[in-house]
Amino acid sequence: MSLHDYFNYIIIPILGFSVILIFIRFLKGPSLSDRVIALDMLILISICIIAVYSIQTSQSTFLDIAMLFALIAFLSTAAYAFYLEQRERK
Amino acid sequence: MKDIMIMIFSTIGAIFVLSSSIGLLRKPDVYMRISVTGKASTLGIGLILASAAIFFNDYSVTTRVIAIIFFVFLTISIGGHMLARAAYFTKTPIWKGIKSDDLAGQYDQVTHVLYSEKHDSSVKPEKLENTSPK
Repeated sequence: MSLHDYFNYIIIPILGFSVILIFIRFLKGPSLSDRVIALDMLILISICIIAVYSIQTSQSTFLDIAMLFALIAFLSTAAYAFYLEQRERK
Repeated sequence: MKDIMIMIFSTIGAIFVLSSSIGLLRKPDVYMRISVTGKASTLGIGLILASAAIFFNDYSVTTRVIAIIFFVFLTISIGGHMLARAAYFTKTPIWKGIKSDDLAGQYDQVTHVLYSEKHDSSVKPEKLENTSPK
């Protein structure tokens, strides 16, 4: 089994299944913090998928996009947490 | 040899990410979900990115991967702490199986400062006048 087949048949389905599970939590999360942490986790899994994709196409340029996604994940989580706290304070 | 190492690393990383997502779906409480995300997904992301670094075997890619891993390790914990703090202030319900809440009453609800004893700035002036004469 070559590396290409292995990524296609084992790694990508595992990551896709975990994306589905997290999206269920994103849809039904009872509080706003659940949705924010599920969104954070979705972006982090997309970093994994980008890394696998850059191995498959053997183009290392995609890892720049992964770094950008890590930045955006932290920014969105910090901003959501900050405004959640500010909304409570009034 | 390189292929086998890449396969092992990416498989362990994907299994960690899957276990973290199962925990995110099945845990009964916001704080447990945040904790699960911080623990398991950092290792999964680190292993998958490390497999990418092994595959390319290049200085520029390895530097980029190390930067991403370092950044993710820092930011997941900081973001999780900020989010759990915000969830505690918005009074998100704790799972009913938890017996004790050690933080109860220690956060000042007005100024959002953490004290090491029970503290409430809206009741504090009267208390000071009652206890201060020495």
